Order: sequence, then C-alpha cells, then structure tokens
Amino acid sequence: MTNTDVRLGSWEAVGLVASREVKTKMRSKAFIITTVATLVLLVGFALVMKLVGGGSDATVGVTTQTGALAEPVKATASRIGVSVDVKTVDEKAGRSQVADGSLDALVVSDGTDGKLRVVVKKDLDGNLRDALNVLAGQVALNVSIADLGGDPAQVQAAVAKASVDVEPLEKPYPYQSGQLVLGIVAGILIYMSLLLNGQMVAQGVVEEKSSRVVELLLSTIRPWQLMAGKVLGIGFVGLVQMVVIGGVGIVAALGLDVLSISTSAAVGTVVWLVVWYLLGFVMYSLVFAALGALVSRQEDVGGVITPALMFVIVGYVIGISVLPSDPDNTLAEVLSVIPVFAPTLMPMRLAMGGVPVWEAVVSVGLVLALIPALVWLSGRIYANAVMRSGARVKLKDALRPA
Amino acid sequence: MGDGRLEIDHISKRYGDVVALQNTTFDVRAGELFGFVGSNGAGKTTTMRITLGVLAADAGEVRWDGERITLDTRRHIGYMPEERGLYPKMKVGEQLVYLARMHGLSAQDAKRSMAEWTERLGVAHRQGDDVQNLSLGNQQRVQLAAALVHNPSILVLDEPFSGLDPIAVDVMSKVLLDKAAEGIPVVFSSHQLELVERLCHRVGIIRNGEMVTIGEVDELRSSGAAELVVVAPNAADGWASGLAGVTVREQEGSRTVLELGDGADDQAVLHAALATGPVTEFSRRRPSLTELYREVVTQETEEDAA
Repeated sequence: MTNTDVRLGSWEAVGLVASREVKTKMRSKAFIITTVATLVLLVGFALVMKLVGGGSDATVGVTTQTGALAEPVKATASRIGVSVDVKTVDEKAGRSQVADGSLDALVVSDGTDGKLRVVVKKDLDGNLRDALNVLAGQVALNVSIADLGGDPAQVQAAVAKASVDVEPLEKPYPYQSGQLVLGIVAGILIYMSLLLNGQMVAQGVVEEKSSRVVELLLSTIRPWQLMAGKVLGIGFVGLVQMVVIGGVGIVAALGLDVLSISTSAAVGTVVWLVVWYLLGFVMYSLVFAALGALVSRQEDVGGVITPALMFVIVGYVIGISVLPSDPDNTLAEVLSVIPVFAPTLMPMRLAMGGVPVWEAVVSVGLVLALIPALVWLSGRIYANAVMRSGARVKLKDALRPA
Repeated sequence: MGDGRLEIDHISKRYGDVVALQNTTFDVRAGELFGFVGSNGAGKTTTMRITLGVLAADAGEVRWDGERITLDTRRHIGYMPEERGLYPKMKVGEQLVYLARMHGLSAQDAKRSMAEWTERLGVAHRQGDDVQNLSLGNQQRVQLAAALVHNPSILVLDEPFSGLDPIAVDVMSKVLLDKAAEGIPVVFSSHQLELVERLCHRVGIIRNGEMVTIGEVDELRSSGAAELVVVAPNAADGWASGLAGVTVREQEGSRTVLELGDGADDQAVLHAALATGPVTEFSRRRPSLTELYREVVTQETEEDAA
C-alpha cells in the first residue's frame, strides 16, 4: 500500500489553481487578441494625437500692409490661450486661401483710419474673434496714444506688466490638459480591465460548475482555496496586461511627445492604476466569483452578475462624462471615496491630479477594510452554492450552509 | 488502527425534509472490492460524496485506517464522481498532471504517473488533445485515469461502468481487481448486478438511505432460499406437489423449478423424480444477486404498501 505523505499546503493549493488559471488564460486567444488590440489602439491614438496636435488652432493671414501685426496677433492670441500660425500673403492670394479653407482668417487694412478688417469664409471662430478684437482695441489705443504724443511701445510695455495679484482662499489645482487625457485613458483601461477580468472570474467558476470538475477538485482542496486561486490567477493575468498596456502607452506618449506631462506624473499614474486595478479587481472578483457560483450555466452568468457590474459601469460613466470637463466635481469627488465606486473614479482623478492626500488614503483604506469582509461573505456563498447544480441558487439559501 | 479499512460509521444526512441517509454503516476492507448497489435515489452518491468530504454529514463519521478522514487523508482517495467532470478545454495530459499535483504529487511524479496511466488505459496518444475532443468512451478512460493518477490508497467510484463499451468494461474490471489486489479498499456503485456479482467480494444493498443487506456475495446467495431445477421428461404435472417443504416455483414442459423450505430433503425430491421415469437434469441453484436485489426491492414496495 502506498501511504506516502501527501500533504499539500493551503497556499500551495492556491498556487496550483492560480498557475493553472494563468497558463490557460495567457494562452487563450481572447487574451492575446484583447491585449494586442488595446496596444494597437493606444499607440495609434498617440500617433493620431501627434499628427493632429502639435499644429496650431488656427492659421491667420496678414497682408503686406498689415504685416506689422503678425507678432501682435500671435501674442494676443496666445494670451487668451489660442495658438495661431501667421502667414504673410498678398491680399488676393489670401482671399482665395480663405475661400479654400487653408486660411481661417485674413487680416486686411481698411486703408483710411487704420481700422482692421477680417476676411473669413463664413464666420469667425469665437476664440479667434476675441483675439482679433483685443488686437483691434490695441491698434486703436496705439493710434490714440500716438495722437496724444505718447510712445505706444512704452504704454504697451507698462500695460503688459500690469496684472492683478490673485489671492486664492482655496488653492485651485492647475489641471493640465495632458493629465486630463491621461485620466480618461486611465479610466478606460481600468474599466475595461475590471469588466473583462471580473467576468472571466465568474465564467471560470461556472465552467467548473457546469463541467462538474468542481466535485473532483473539492474532494482534494477547500472551496476557499479554489476561489482564491482563481481570483489571484486571473488577477495576475490582468495585472500583467495592465502593466504592459500602461507601460507601452506611457512610453509611446512620452516618446512621441504628445503628452505634455512630466515623466514622474506619468509613472505615478501607472503606479496608481496598478494599485487601483488590484484593489478593484480583488473586491469585484470576489463578488463575481460568489455570484457565479449561484448558477450552473454559462448563459446565466450575465444575469446574475449584472447588479454588481452596475457599480463598475456607473462609476465609470460618471467619471468619463463629468471629470474631463469638471475635474473638481463634488459628486465625483464624494463617490470616488466610496469603495464600490472608487476603483473606477479614483484612478481617473489621481491621473488628472489635484486629489488631496487624505482622500487618496481614505479611499484605499476603505477598500482594504472591505476586502476581508468580502472574503468571508463570498467564501461562504461560494462554498455553499458551488456544489448545488441545477436551478439558480437563491442568495438567501447560499448564505446558509447546506 | 492500521488495518487499512474504510469505515462508514452511522452516517445520516437530510436534505430539508427528505432523509437521504439514515445511520448508514458499512466497511470496505483493505484489498477488497465492495459493490454498492441500490435503486436510484437510495443514497449511494450521497454516501460517496460524504466520504470525499464534498458534502457534510449531519451525523456519523468516515474513518480510514482507524482514524477519522481529514482533508489530508482524503488526498489518498481516488474518486470518480457520478457526474463526470473534467475541464473540457484542457489537454488530457496537462489535466491529469494538474489533478495529480492537487493530490500532493510533485511535478515530476505527477508527469510520470500521468504517462503510466494514460498508457495503461489506452489513451496515451490523446495526451495533447482537449478533453472535449475525445469520444465519450475515451473521456471515461481519462476520468478513470484522473481517479488513479495520484496513486490512491482508497478507491471510491460512483457508477464507473455506466456508459462503457464491453472492451472498456474489461479494462475497468481489470484495473479495479488489480488495485484491490494491491491491498487497497475499493468501493464502487453500479446497477450492473451481474458485473457486481462477478467482481465483488462483498456487496451492500442500500434502500431509502439504509443499508439493508451486507455480506459476501456467496454468503448472500446461499442465505436465499435454495432452489432445485429438475428435468424429468416423463413426469406428470404436479408430480412434486405432495413433497414436504417443497414449493413449485415454475413448471415449464418437463422442467420444474422447486423451492426448498427449511429442512426439506433434496434427496427425497430426487427419489420422487426418478419414480416418474428418467431424470436428465437435477441441479441445485442459488439465487443470483439480481434476484436477491429484486427481493429487497419487493420488500420495500410491500412495506410501503403496508
């Protein structure tokens, strides 16, 4: 009789289950395709940004008569946040370029009183109009100053220096467009990752249940070991995916110089992304595993996990629709500290910047505090439900041992 | 302690109001092939699931080698669940190695054992295929390999013969006999009673969650009423009806089947038969397991009716 010692440590069992998940998932077509597709999209997005961006918001033509205005046009425009390219053309050519759209506006002189006339195709873009109006005001001012015997250049210099001192009661955070973009990308990544990998956990649980292999597995390891192994294995695969995608994305963005943010901010975003992915994944996948154990057929997975999935979706939708235009939004700020919404909202806010340290700490702390409770609850539901095949197990019954 | 017996000791289990098992008790000795029979829903699968710890009993315990079975000792059991289960999209070889490792084997031992058992069960050439691409018969072989791959010290097989072709039945029978010969307790359930009668040393018949009969196959058969088969071509109908302690069971042409009561003398029957003319056959027959089983089931319906 073979009576060798066949002790298998708890974590050894968890490790075995996890490594099976990793091997199976990494080799699956779905994993390879989604990873490659996301990478292609991300790099493509960076390239498009490079091509589209970098240029100016508008191109304005000046004629030989208004040539002196080339620099002032640029300067006034940039003061109100519009970047403008200025080309010097002769008036006739300029008009035809406006007509064919290669110039957004052509500044011509009215001849008599030095008043400015702007030729446009149909309408003048609001920002550009503001810039040119300011310019027209200055031109008029210069004329008046010269009439009064003053030196317009001197006055302009004095005006340029004069500005109000702002005394903020609350220090506002200087959001940068680059970081806002980063926040949106971070939000999309974490949302997709939680959605796909979380569902994968539920499907994996049901696969074992519907193929009945779970009975064989549970004759040698405990339910919590099987559940933990699955969550950790799939979580690890998702992590690798996240690090690869995040890393390549950041390298592409910085390398192509399309994100005007510091490397440290970029790295910080990836680190936070990983932290929140891990927290969010563990939290949601425990719930998904428990819910998945309630049903016995793959067709029923969707229905049973939808209520939990809604939290992921709601958090993401609020984040993606509110934060880019209003990073200080109070609703998003409050929700981002609540554990069920934090994994989607907090990383977006963190990437955009300006999150007070206490909020970041509290949100992480709350999720960390919730996880042990979820481990207990999900473990109980899973253990009680996973052997009951057939009809969907009621949550109430799953909370009671068989 | 130390006799390697698997003991099922007064196990009870209820599902709500339904009593699945009631003080079910039996043991499987080391080196013994034990047949577990009973109608559907009698409690065979529940008993096996409790033995494997997949289900918790309400009362009673399962012991092996004198000690209560724990998760660690459970890894010594080779189990074939009634509901066959393997990962459909996992390769045969990898799957068996995985299951062996789950039972505590090292990676090397697991590989070696997988190679050995796939070879022995004739599925070695399918190691690289996903389970779902195998024929049902081959899936069954892989399922058996899954029960054996960790070199178990106890075998618990739920309906191992169901759905097997005759060749596979022979392979399975041989493996079970070999494992028992190695000195481990082997218990399996089956509805194929001729097979159980042929293979098993002892059988247990379970009815409504209670063990009603346990014993060696021969012993059980001889405990049933003895029957005599007499072929006497010249005998008239009713030739045996006057004999003491003898009941006529069937009369078909010249062939008569008689049941002998306690103390009835078979030699007296022979004399009576010879008195009618030549006797071409005179044999003592013992009831088959199938007949014994029917008897138990009939009792059940009679009791239910009462």
